[in-house]
Amino acid sequence: MLQFTPKGIYCIPGRFYIDPWLPVDLAVITHGHGDHARAGMQKYLCHHLTVPVLKTRIGPDITVQGLAYNEPLLINGVRISMHPAGHIIGSAQVRLEYRGKVTVISGDYKVQDDGLSTPFELVKCHEFVTESTFGLPIYKWQTVEKQHELLQDWVQQNRDNGKTSVISGYSLGKAQRIMKALEDIAPLYVHTAIGRINQAYESVGIRLPAYQVLDEHTTAAQLDQSVVIVPPALLDTKMIRKIPRKADAICSGWMQVRGARRWQHADAGFPISDHADWQGLLTVVKETGAEQVYVTHGQTAVFARYLNESGITAAVIQTAFGEEEEQNGKPAEQ
Amino acid sequence: MKAFGTLIATLDTTNKTTLKLEAIDRFLSEAEERDKLWFLALFTGKRPRRNVSTALLRQWAMEITGIPEWLFRESYTAVGDLGETISLILPEPVAYSERSLSEWMELIAGLSNKTEEEKKDFVIHAWQHLPHAERFIFNTLLGGSFRAGISAQSLINALDTHYSIDASTVAHSVMGHWAIDEVSFDDLIKGGYTDVQSSRPYPFCLAYPLDRTAAALGDISEWQAEYKWDGIRGQVIKRNGQVYIWSRGEELVTEQFPEIRDALLQWNGDFVLDGELLAFKDDRVLNFSDLQKRLNRKNPGKKIIQEIPVMLYAYDVLEWEGEDCRHRGLAERRALLEQLYRENACPEVRLSPVIECPSWETLANMQQQARDVNSEGLMLKHKASPYHTGRKRGDWWKWKTAPMTIDAVLIYAQKGSGRRSGHYTDYTFAVKQGDELVTIAKAYSGLTDQEIKEVSSFVNKNAVEKFGPVRTVRPELVFEIAFEGIGFSNRHKSGVALRFPRIVRWRRDKTVRDIDDIEEIKKMIR
Repeated sequence: MLQFTPKGIYCIPGRFYIDPWLPVDLAVITHGHGDHARAGMQKYLCHHLTVPVLKTRIGPDITVQGLAYNEPLLINGVRISMHPAGHIIGSAQVRLEYRGKVTVISGDYKVQDDGLSTPFELVKCHEFVTESTFGLPIYKWQTVEKQHELLQDWVQQNRDNGKTSVISGYSLGKAQRIMKALEDIAPLYVHTAIGRINQAYESVGIRLPAYQVLDEHTTAAQLDQSVVIVPPALLDTKMIRKIPRKADAICSGWMQVRGARRWQHADAGFPISDHADWQGLLTVVKETGAEQVYVTHGQTAVFARYLNESGITAAVIQTAFGEEEEQNGKPAEQ
Repeated sequence: MKAFGTLIATLDTTNKTTLKLEAIDRFLSEAEERDKLWFLALFTGKRPRRNVSTALLRQWAMEITGIPEWLFRESYTAVGDLGETISLILPEPVAYSERSLSEWMELIAGLSNKTEEEKKDFVIHAWQHLPHAERFIFNTLLGGSFRAGISAQSLINALDTHYSIDASTVAHSVMGHWAIDEVSFDDLIKGGYTDVQSSRPYPFCLAYPLDRTAAALGDISEWQAEYKWDGIRGQVIKRNGQVYIWSRGEELVTEQFPEIRDALLQWNGDFVLDGELLAFKDDRVLNFSDLQKRLNRKNPGKKIIQEIPVMLYAYDVLEWEGEDCRHRGLAERRALLEQLYRENACPEVRLSPVIECPSWETLANMQQQARDVNSEGLMLKHKASPYHTGRKRGDWWKWKTAPMTIDAVLIYAQKGSGRRSGHYTDYTFAVKQGDELVTIAKAYSGLTDQEIKEVSSFVNKNAVEKFGPVRTVRPELVFEIAFEGIGFSNRHKSGVALRFPRIVRWRRDKTVRDIDDIEEIKKMIR
């Protein structure tokens, strides 16, 4: 059913690609992060809620068709359907069915319900394509409630000390999750890059916690005791540096490890991730019932070896997914 | 242990000294007396003996989790710390045991006469009753070593601020020998136990690199110039007929330098001197690589003593006949040192000569030729300066000669540990030997975080081997490596050893064809 080509993952009978990294005629997109949704495709197919994200990030004039979860579409005899991946709002696993054989390309996924994205749905299949970003047993997430509680406590402590809490998180997904975690705890300000994504979601009826966009008119007094959310690359910009009293934090799965926390030079690090942890990956792979597993990015060699030793046939596939994470030394977890 | 856990987490995460000091301050206000003592002991390197081997901890963790050994190793490589790796892979605790730091330390110390089974029960019970942050600390304590994101100097500053006591008193007593059961915290930091030990050293006074032109220091007649020797900084103590030699790492090295010890035993009076331990033969300071052959031998034999004699170049006196004279001006201390030397002259302990020089200009010439006498440059010390505790800007400057440099290519990379565990930060470099490459140095620092990320990305894409910590990479990236000295060595494949090699910059303009050849490099050796 699948062929792994230099352009991306190709569905042979359907004659389309899933999350290709080079221009093709038809690209089925799992979610809007830059390493999965790239510019230059003749036509895009994705979940409804990813449509405005693609238009915002790639361009308003792209040709894009939206599908609901579990809404089937037939292309060249292949039955395509989208199923919640729980990664970010609108993220989908792509299920392909052809002559009784089922393949699922899961993109990026997480099992925990973050209260914002549609929760992950397990899809039985013969072949499963999986990520392995956090494919080591050291990655084990706390419950979402506990994660939120720790972040809220930190913000509250900063407020008590008269400080602004500056939090970095990827603008698509992580930022909205941080907003959700801190709803009603403190006034929320977001960087314009995050503001754009928020607007894209709001344009299709997603309700987000109340926020304001940070701009040159925002005064220090307004930011006092507030929360400011910025994309990771922009943590060290003039606008942020001039906030008089602040504490900064990074929300990312990598923050699970001390070394990574210290590397980032932030005041605090919270392991809040939109990817499955070790146990999450294992559970999903086993429960899909797949006989063949392809591991696309992350701890590929480790995860594939462990699956093979556990009796599940797995192979490592070279893709261009997760590249941004590697290049940036892992800060921009997507 | 919760308060201690919070302290460690803060010290580990932030790089702002003020936040670290705040955290220590909070801990000092909240913690119990004995916990504070343990805190001091751990942070000044007074670690309890290890009673459970790391091999056993590893084995038990693998047993509990069912993780195969290769996967444990991969996890360890990603984390860079054994205690933390174990804590991360273990299942969530079943309940919480509330014990103070000192209670845990005492339980751990009590393991020494227990059987392996008893140790195992204790450790596993603790693992089941501590949340991750404390479980990690517990493992670290068990391992017998403790490192956290704060230097001994910053710790001393924190104590000094918290209790409004003079920094040198705090440093002096905290660094000395004391045992948890024999001291009280308040007496300890106020210096109540400093006189019991006749071997105790003073903290070394450290210099800053000269950050301006020498002439900008003002009138040359106010400054004392000496050679900056490239040996082992040493503090020699003679009190009550006993001699102690301390290295800068606060390590007692008396036994390694018997000829110096014996010579000092013949000297009159009690004193503490600061100087440089050097290999010295035929009136000449030898290359550092020669001194290295003498180091870390508990009792050097006759042959090696004859082959590579050592001596002390003394340059300061800190104590004379029981009186701490560090507060006196350098000129006064030098006069005292010279008098002491006149009365006791011997070949094994000499005075590091003062360079008399009428102008900064002539001094600059001498500085440039400092390598000819196997020194690294000059020291400039203000004649009125006291002997400071630690590093203080303004009175002592090191004026080093420009380092030697070579261009070399990256051939192996390994992930760092601690803060750098996620990135390839430890590099091995090679130079040409005819048509082949030969390793010449390992270097860890000198790149910016951004550059380390780029190199890591290169390593990820160009690694030959995927498992295990070391990656062999295609020889493509060229770096300029600086070093302070070079000597022959048969420990290295290239036949030479570099002293303090570090990366100066990434030569993106060069390819592997442009790197240096080992034969040319050998010509730099004096």
